[in-house]
Amino acid sequence: MIRALSKICLSAMLAVPLAACGSNWQSALDVHGTSAISLKHLILLIVAVCSVVWMLVMVALIWALWHRREGLSTPPQPGRERRMTIAVIGAVIVTAVIIGTFTIMSFFATRSLSVAGQDELTIRVRGLQWWWGIEYLGPDPSRRFETANEIHIPVGRSVHLKLEGLDVIHSFWVPSLAGKQDLIPGRSNELTIRAEQPGVYRGQCAEYCGMQHAHMALLVIAESQDDFDKWANAERNAAAQPVEEEAAAGMQTFLTKPCAACHTIRGTIAAGTTGPDLTHVGSRRTIAAGLFETTRGSLAAWIADPQTIKPGNNMPMVPLAPEELRDVSAYLASLK
Amino acid sequence: MNMPAKASDTRDIDIQGSCLTEALTETWKTPPGIWGALTTVDHKIIGRRYIFTAFVFLVLGGVLAVLMRIQLAQPEARLLGPDRYNQIFTMHGANMMFLFAVPVMEAVAVYLVPLMVGTRNIAFPRLNAFSYWIYLAGGALLWIAFALDMGPDVGWFAYVPLSGPQYAAGKRADIWAQMITFTEVSALAVAVEMVVTVFKQRAPGMTLDRIPVFVWAMLVTSFLIIMAMPAIMVASTSLILDRLVGTHFFNPAEGGDVLLWQHLFWFFGHPEVYIIFLPAAGMVSTMIEPFARRPAFGYLGLVMALIATGILAFGLWVHHMFVAGLPRLGESFFTASSMAIAIPAGIQIFCWLATLWDGRPVFKTPLLFIIGFFVTFVIGGLTGVMVASVPFDTQVHDTYFVVAHFHYVLVGGAVFPLLGAIHYWFPKLTGRMMSETLGQWSFWLIITGFNATFFPMHILGLEGMPRRIYTYQPDLPWHALNVFASLSSIVLTAGFLVFFINVIRSAWAGDVASDNPWDAATLEWATSSPPPSFNFAMIPVVNSLHPLWDCRDALAVAKGLRTDRRELVVTSLNTAEPQAREASPRNSIWPLLTAIATSIMLIWSIFTPWAVVWGSIPIAIALIGWFWPKGTPEDEA
Repeated sequence: MIRALSKICLSAMLAVPLAACGSNWQSALDVHGTSAISLKHLILLIVAVCSVVWMLVMVALIWALWHRREGLSTPPQPGRERRMTIAVIGAVIVTAVIIGTFTIMSFFATRSLSVAGQDELTIRVRGLQWWWGIEYLGPDPSRRFETANEIHIPVGRSVHLKLEGLDVIHSFWVPSLAGKQDLIPGRSNELTIRAEQPGVYRGQCAEYCGMQHAHMALLVIAESQDDFDKWANAERNAAAQPVEEEAAAGMQTFLTKPCAACHTIRGTIAAGTTGPDLTHVGSRRTIAAGLFETTRGSLAAWIADPQTIKPGNNMPMVPLAPEELRDVSAYLASLK
Repeated sequence: MNMPAKASDTRDIDIQGSCLTEALTETWKTPPGIWGALTTVDHKIIGRRYIFTAFVFLVLGGVLAVLMRIQLAQPEARLLGPDRYNQIFTMHGANMMFLFAVPVMEAVAVYLVPLMVGTRNIAFPRLNAFSYWIYLAGGALLWIAFALDMGPDVGWFAYVPLSGPQYAAGKRADIWAQMITFTEVSALAVAVEMVVTVFKQRAPGMTLDRIPVFVWAMLVTSFLIIMAMPAIMVASTSLILDRLVGTHFFNPAEGGDVLLWQHLFWFFGHPEVYIIFLPAAGMVSTMIEPFARRPAFGYLGLVMALIATGILAFGLWVHHMFVAGLPRLGESFFTASSMAIAIPAGIQIFCWLATLWDGRPVFKTPLLFIIGFFVTFVIGGLTGVMVASVPFDTQVHDTYFVVAHFHYVLVGGAVFPLLGAIHYWFPKLTGRMMSETLGQWSFWLIITGFNATFFPMHILGLEGMPRRIYTYQPDLPWHALNVFASLSSIVLTAGFLVFFINVIRSAWAGDVASDNPWDAATLEWATSSPPPSFNFAMIPVVNSLHPLWDCRDALAVAKGLRTDRRELVVTSLNTAEPQAREASPRNSIWPLLTAIATSIMLIWSIFTPWAVVWGSIPIAIALIGWFWPKGTPEDEA
């Protein structure tokens, strides 16, 4: 009964569908990144060889069990023992050759993957419980900017990711683009990704990182260089001043309530760094690290009760009057 | 034999027939009732207890698995919240690894190895009793904590910093770390007993090349335990220190290192897999003989493969850390070593296949489980080769592909042989046969249910489903396969249910077993089913690898042991020539009291470091009681 009720509540909550994108947007088999493509080839090849090996062993097993035998049980005979020795040694040699080949293939595949492109686009990805901080770096400090849970990259360009774990270990994994790499406190790891086709690729933390490990997703949006530049320039700007009355009231609420202590909205006095940067939260596709599509409704639901939606996350429930909740959600949704 | 015979001695040569068994029973018996149960040092009673307890933990861990399957059968299910789910998957892993898989293999060995080498009790029998109590206390600690909502929720691997003082508040991570201490102590105790039993208590004439393969496997496993456990001991102790007294072994902000934990954990954690697998491989090598009706082909190869696996096991821990950002060249070394382990595994598989090919298979339940083992374990081995490749691993690491892989290895590679072994040795343990019909039913249900549950997880992993997630969002294409896996787990559960029904029913009402119902060749079948408290009225003398096949009429025996005190033959390491008569300790309550004192100290130390100081006083008193000479005939030695 309780389960059924909670299911109804839940489906109501999830009525905002996220399924706008293709369903295989997080798969090592549906690949659109340079390294993921070559990994897929390697995976398929190794799987094919191993499948053949398994079938051969099964054939041998079936044959060993059911081949025709003559006469009664006899003690082991030297002739047969010798043939069996040869067969076993032969099989071991074949095994050694196969795994030797795999080892060499792996070695070269790893080497080719770790060759980084000569490109200046570098992004710092910080893993936190349970969201992703994204910072676009560059030679010019004034052109740096921060966002969260969403990475935009230009198609066909190598993008260099600097991976840093700030609290516990996380793992950055966008399987359609590349293999995973851990974000480890006290260490700095690197990963190069390159999208071959425009698209939206989903990634998810792959190292168990606590209570909400299941809800720590991010999107990588690969787009043309023009679209990317347009987006990046928009991101660099401070937040737009609200025009509508409701949004303006929402901004006041945001800045006077505890929200500003944890979140940054560039262009306002909100400069907290505990939670995600919200400067352009309305333009991001999802909130709460991939949990909901960004709409005014989902923003309101999230602010009203973050602990029911994503139990254990670090955002407290800030008591707001209904109109304040409406205003704040209107304001955040307006931050395009 | 080196002992001067005193006038008061009673030797087995002086008395015969029923008088001899009566005298030996009087000397070796475990008194009836609760006092006998608490004081016994009989390896058979302790071994049975150990096996039973391990299977209780298997059932408990299985219930957790079913809960997880129900939760994952639909996206965003709310049957279990994240907090409970994270405890459950941590408990499932920790329970299955530390409280079921390793102990159950040791348990079977505690029961069988002394019988298979033809001695009367395990070496250090009181330590053996102590190890069981400590194991029981560790298991109880974990499960009681879980029942009180204090179960660990940091994964069975407890990676720092997540398990460290900053991110794991409360006592949950400490309970995990201390449970490790309990199981380490008990595993180390059994390992030491096993090594000494195999090295020094083999029947006269059982030279190194006449040791049954299962015994070899347990010997190698015991060395693995002795060498691997210190790493996890250092790790879990450092973690407790970080958490309790504020050391900074794993705190990067204070010069500690996060990856140090992973190196220490996996330096233990990977050999751990072979600590589970090698005994199972030994069981297969031993069981295959009576069911193929011929000696296992390639004895030398099989034994060398066990030893090679044991050595290689220490050279591949880094393959658990392929995405942690270690130097690439180093990773390539570990790819090579991880792949190389396929060679000893292959040698064993090919030797078993050759044995079956040349033999005359008898299709009884144990052989069915061996066949099931081939079908599934080879898949697990091959996926193991896949994840040994660094680039391959970057896509499947920490996904359901790996979940599928290690269940194929551990369930297919260890639990299937174990189930076969239970059917095989059940008559020796209980004196009754298990039902063949129910056995076949359980086999088919388990193998079908297992493959249908776990095979789809390979695909789920490649489709991007990470491990250890308590739920997933409906827009991800994982629902169908998860439902399929969850439904299949019903079949798997049903198979285990049939197995347990078979065990319980057969224990009460199974056909009475003869001494050697399978016409097997090893020494445990040379005594009655179940064996008397002294195992063998006369110590057998062995002159081949298959004593019961080669001397069908009557086994030669060694004589001259005293019957008025517990005595066994100590033989030389290589050639098993008799060296001495050695007294074997009597029943004692002190191992239990020591275990209680140790448990109190260990659990108390979760809360304060002073427990180590004050808690060691009762332990010291208990140990003094343990070793105090009681003036029994055994003290003469």
